[in-house]
Amino acid sequence: MSEKNLAVSPSAPQGGVSVVLAGVGGQGIVLASKLLARAAMGRGLHVRTAETIGMAQRGGSVTSHVRIGDGASSPLVGAGRADALVALEPAEAARQLPFLRPGGVLVTSDAPVVPVSAMTGGPAYDLPAIMGYLRASVAPDRLVVVDAAAAEGTLGTARALNVVLLGAAVSVGALGPIGREDLLTAVRASVPERFRELDERALDLGSAATAKE
Amino acid sequence: MHREFLMGNEAMAVGALAAGVGVVAGYPGTPSTEVLETVARRNPGHVYVEWSVNEKAGLEVAAGAAYAGARSLVTMKQVGLNVASDPLMSLSYIGVKGGMVVLVADDPGPISSQTEQDTRTFAAYAKLPILDPSTPQEAYEMMGEAFGLSEELGCPVIVRPTTRVDHGYADVEVADEKDWARREPEGFVRDPSRWVIFPALSVRAHAAIEARDAELAHRLSGYARNTLRQTAGPAARPSLGVATHGISATYVDEALREGDDVRVLRVATPYPFPDDLAERFLDGLDEVLCVEELDPVIERALVRVCGLTGRRVRIRGKLTGDVQPSGENTVASVSAALDRFLRRAPAATARTGTPPAVPTLPARPPVLCAGCPHRASFYAVKRAMRGRKALFCGDIGCYTLGNAQPLDMVDTCLCMGAGINIAQGVTRVEPDTKAFAFVGDSTFFASGITGVVNAFYNQADMTLVVLDNSTTAMTGHQPHPGTGRTMMGQVVEKVSIERVLLAIGLTTVETVDPLDLDAAVETVRRVADEPGVKAVVFRSPCVVLARPQARSSVDAERCVGCQRCVRELGCPALVPDPATGKAAIDAAQCTGCTLCEQICPTHAISGGERL
Repeated sequence: MSEKNLAVSPSAPQGGVSVVLAGVGGQGIVLASKLLARAAMGRGLHVRTAETIGMAQRGGSVTSHVRIGDGASSPLVGAGRADALVALEPAEAARQLPFLRPGGVLVTSDAPVVPVSAMTGGPAYDLPAIMGYLRASVAPDRLVVVDAAAAEGTLGTARALNVVLLGAAVSVGALGPIGREDLLTAVRASVPERFRELDERALDLGSAATAKE
Repeated sequence: MHREFLMGNEAMAVGALAAGVGVVAGYPGTPSTEVLETVARRNPGHVYVEWSVNEKAGLEVAAGAAYAGARSLVTMKQVGLNVASDPLMSLSYIGVKGGMVVLVADDPGPISSQTEQDTRTFAAYAKLPILDPSTPQEAYEMMGEAFGLSEELGCPVIVRPTTRVDHGYADVEVADEKDWARREPEGFVRDPSRWVIFPALSVRAHAAIEARDAELAHRLSGYARNTLRQTAGPAARPSLGVATHGISATYVDEALREGDDVRVLRVATPYPFPDDLAERFLDGLDEVLCVEELDPVIERALVRVCGLTGRRVRIRGKLTGDVQPSGENTVASVSAALDRFLRRAPAATARTGTPPAVPTLPARPPVLCAGCPHRASFYAVKRAMRGRKALFCGDIGCYTLGNAQPLDMVDTCLCMGAGINIAQGVTRVEPDTKAFAFVGDSTFFASGITGVVNAFYNQADMTLVVLDNSTTAMTGHQPHPGTGRTMMGQVVEKVSIERVLLAIGLTTVETVDPLDLDAAVETVRRVADEPGVKAVVFRSPCVVLARPQARSSVDAERCVGCQRCVRELGCPALVPDPATGKAAIDAAQCTGCTLCEQICPTHAISGGERL
């Protein structure tokens, strides 16, 4: 367990947790959501998710909602009710921030994915403004910013960023009843053999990244 | 029984298999696609599964199987039902012998569709029973119930999940494979008085259907999934009621709080509507809020029941502006509607203090993938027609994304296959326009061929552009008649697009690799100037399926920072360096298609290798 343990506050649902995962189509949000849900099922917990599948997977904004625990009836998380927001991309963190409840934990990558629209006449990508907004909105002890470039450097690929972020989230206690071992079991059960070692390393790297801060 | 982690669509597939389905057909369409894929993946061996050429074909195949006594399933999205509506409307009168389920996935939002049509309304129009599940577990269980009901009534039954049920995962309790039903169909029994539709048969059938549905409405009031419950508030008899259905029922569950006094009706069979249960629900209530997605089906039914029975209950919902008339419901929108209806204070979820100002966020619409051959095809036609009066009719598929800047090459998009005929219609009014119709390979087979025949026979002047990436990409890479693979795993003779076009009578049908830019532009220029109907087939594999051979990179010495590649192609792998303005390539996304290499005025980009 890292020093920076942001234990889930008492207002979280008993034994359950609501997580919103956000990113860009192609970043592996659906897989991250599946890993989290399988980890919950492995603990014998009831789970419901809502995925973005379809046109948005072609580089659009993508979210997955994961609800764990007996109180979860709807697969969608209500506005201001997510215990954790795990974002693979900072602008998507900002876009989905209204889902985070007061006192909820934001785990975000710091690496922007600049959309084509920002280079062809659409609104520009202002990274400093976005990071400033995230830091102003979430208390320092509720915010984990993962250095995506460092993770990519260590792992040799950007493909496992989804698992790095989950590792960071679990290490600060943002995933409620789900522990690192649960995620590890889920990775082993659902990731193809050839990516398993990479994802296990990614999970550990995520935990280490938060311990360093 | 055991518990499995399943997507709603997977759960329904397993439900069909457990119920002993023998024949499954369908056409891909978000959010329905994974149902048929799961049947194929978990096929115990004796189930026949096919991707049909379109929904009409799929529904007819399933109907034939049910005529022969098998249990059959056809899957589609809501707009697919429009294509299949011709056989469905008649099949309602003819009926089936084996159980037949028509699985139609609706898409509130819409998230991935052209329309927000409601299959519950369609079911009432077609006079077919329809089941509306709220969760993946219920969707699983409803499949077996739907087959049973279909067999008992002798008519198809519609099961209608929505996106959040289709594409939500849950832990679902399902039957073990050893317990799946296995059925021996009787076979087709010849009986022209039953299977051949004529007005005399339809007169009898219509009367029988009306009588059946009136009776069924009573019976469904006792169906365990149509539920009536009361929250544990202080009043013994609440005066307020909430009527809901499907996924919205789960939002209502979560939005209701301790102390709320309300009676809740959940309708799982919107047609035939459970009138008796609705009457029990309405007894003693002053007001009802209907929380629905898409059409106000329950709301209209309750207004009808009140009118028929002389009840004075105020029915609120979409028709009164108390619930949003369109778009997807959310936990927040339903909570807010209930707050107003129950006159209660909103739950405290807002942050305290002044929130910081939200910065302008970049827009992130979906885009063509890096290296997508469609980008090259659109770019070639754009270049070939520069300065000329031209019309670019698009169609349904990934290539609809050719509408985005900077390509901006989709002037129209209506429904599957429509572009080919729209192009003809526009040129009847504006004969001096060079009309192009872009159609994907799967769409060409699904509903493009008749449009080409129409154009050829009626002497139209247009260029058909077939974007052949050898798959049905948008819905997740399903095979189609041009791929030479079936869902039963056979490798079969491909249907050749070129030979189909030549057989129709076209004399100019040219095939070119769109990633060979000069050849592509030259071909389009030449072909477009020929008279009559002519075709260019752009053939290059979908980059999601093909493995890139090499990646392009930018020589920063040579790059002058003109950003022509960025401005003209809109490829997500081309990311200019914010400091120098010079082009740079995101190696994680680049597929080495070489299109940017071919348009770089200083030849600063190299290293790619096109597939």
